[in-house]
Amino acid sequence: MNSPTNYLTMCVLALMLSACAGFGSSRQETASTQADESPAASSADSGDAETSAVDIPGLINGVRIDQESSPENVRTVYFEYDSSEVRSEFISIIAAHGELLSVDRGRRVVLEGHADERGSREYNIALGERRALSVRRLLLSSGGSSSQVQVISYGEERPAVVGQNEAAWSQNRRVKIRYE
Amino acid sequence: MKKFIAILVSGMLLMVSFTSIASRLTIEITQGEQTTTPVAIVPFGWQGTELEPPHDISRIIEANLKRSGRFTALNRQDMLTRPTSGAGVNFRNWRLLNVDYLVVGKVRETAQDEYVVQVQLINILSEKQLVGFSYPANGKILRRLANHITDLIYEKLTGERGTFNTRIAYVTSTDGKEPAYHLYVADADGYNAQSIVRSAEPIMSPAWSPDGQRLAYVSFENRRSRIYIQSILTGQRESISSFKGINGAPSWSPDGRKLALTLSHEGNPDIYIFDINARKFSQLTNSAAIDTEPEWSPDGKHVLFTSDRGGKPQLYKIPLFGGQAVRITYEGDYNAGGVYSPDGRYIAMVHGRDKRYRIALLEADTGRLQILTDGFLDEAPSFAPNGRILLYATAGGNNGVLSAVSVDGRYQQRLASQDGDVREPAWSPYNQ
Repeated sequence: MNSPTNYLTMCVLALMLSACAGFGSSRQETASTQADESPAASSADSGDAETSAVDIPGLINGVRIDQESSPENVRTVYFEYDSSEVRSEFISIIAAHGELLSVDRGRRVVLEGHADERGSREYNIALGERRALSVRRLLLSSGGSSSQVQVISYGEERPAVVGQNEAAWSQNRRVKIRYE
Repeated sequence: MKKFIAILVSGMLLMVSFTSIASRLTIEITQGEQTTTPVAIVPFGWQGTELEPPHDISRIIEANLKRSGRFTALNRQDMLTRPTSGAGVNFRNWRLLNVDYLVVGKVRETAQDEYVVQVQLINILSEKQLVGFSYPANGKILRRLANHITDLIYEKLTGERGTFNTRIAYVTSTDGKEPAYHLYVADADGYNAQSIVRSAEPIMSPAWSPDGQRLAYVSFENRRSRIYIQSILTGQRESISSFKGINGAPSWSPDGRKLALTLSHEGNPDIYIFDINARKFSQLTNSAAIDTEPEWSPDGKHVLFTSDRGGKPQLYKIPLFGGQAVRITYEGDYNAGGVYSPDGRYIAMVHGRDKRYRIALLEADTGRLQILTDGFLDEAPSFAPNGRILLYATAGGNNGVLSAVSVDGRYQQRLASQDGDVREPAWSPYNQ
């Protein structure tokens, strides 16, 4: 499971993903900020003895993204009005998540589908689900397995941004990829 | 356009488990009827140990009648006399004040928290009593009694059944660090609001059972959708649908034995029928498109629903006992969330056109479509049990508020709340 090749693959994927963090959303924090505050980083031994580091050239500076349900693992895919078609700029991002799932079969994601507030609420629930299912199809075609991917739609019930204008609505037509 | 604030509400809270905030609704009439009937509701007489009775019944009747948009009430200070029974009425005085009908009455305390309420409706022109009743009551039901009396008066003077002694359910949400969703039940005038469900996760789609005793609704607690049926009287509830995917949009059959609902566990949303006693599901629609928002027709023969099988969401209806779905809306590029008027003559819906979402009324026989509201984010229409008024949700500033419009479009009012977003109104059937 934790063979060096797999670890490298994950780091590369992690870099890809962290580069995409905050895409289209001002609310997301980058993954690196959160990693600094992880328990692993703060519990370093600080005894009296002096220590020095071994200089290893080309250290891969990966960012952990496997903390359970931490916000930096949330990725968001945005959609056009009344559409569940994944925009081209999000396809590679979703594919990266799919490969991540294929590398670690223990990982699970919940896809939360959302809609903007226009129109009727139950139709928006259906629309949110269809968006989440579009993302699910891409995850599965890029290596994820169906047992790893759960879908829930909140329709217009949980807007990311409150506001009655296209700026807010475009932020609310989304699928959140949430790692369990 | 006549503007005035009819009532300010501070609901009397009964102690129920989930009651935390009174969701106070303020009712404002934003557009009145052209012609109204002039009435005078004389302050009721009072015989009791306290200075005043626990409720001002004549004020409640007056506010109710004014809120209906069909009456104007004479100001108390303009009354020359204040009779408390038909026997003491000087008809000539009231005729001079241009009053057509007079309501007089009195409240007598007979024991601790026991009262007798007497009321008479009098036709000033014919000098005849139209309605006369005496009721025993305790303090707890005085307000309901005032609503019931208004129903009698309203029916006598308009020929239509009143809806003052009915209830509304609605959903509220408040943002912040700990978002809270509530399902409220209040009297039709917004008083006496009580939270019957509170959750940190969304609550949706309340639907009254035909006997007015239960509410079906969707709740996302534990991060999945479920449909519950909850008793209004006991607060007890049961989960009836918790499949993978969508469990949504419950609608009662007219006999109260079944629910039409939306499930997506087979891959995409379709309409199902759930038999409440047998606890069995059967599938009604089967398409690759979105089918949702079922609404049982009042004659019990078919189900109306929203589908995007034609590309855009439109309304369809399908017979319950065999047959194909038929499209029934063609105007506009978005028609969803259809509900029947109680007599089945009309279908109200969310009608999207030119990037505006308004409430429209479709006449079932002729197919004539009429846009009733002038908002841009109007949704969730719900008919009063007499079919005369539609409650719906609309945008008010940054929060959702409730509005009401008469089906002829002539009369509008707004019910605003101080507590965040209010939406998904559902008007109860008549109290039984």
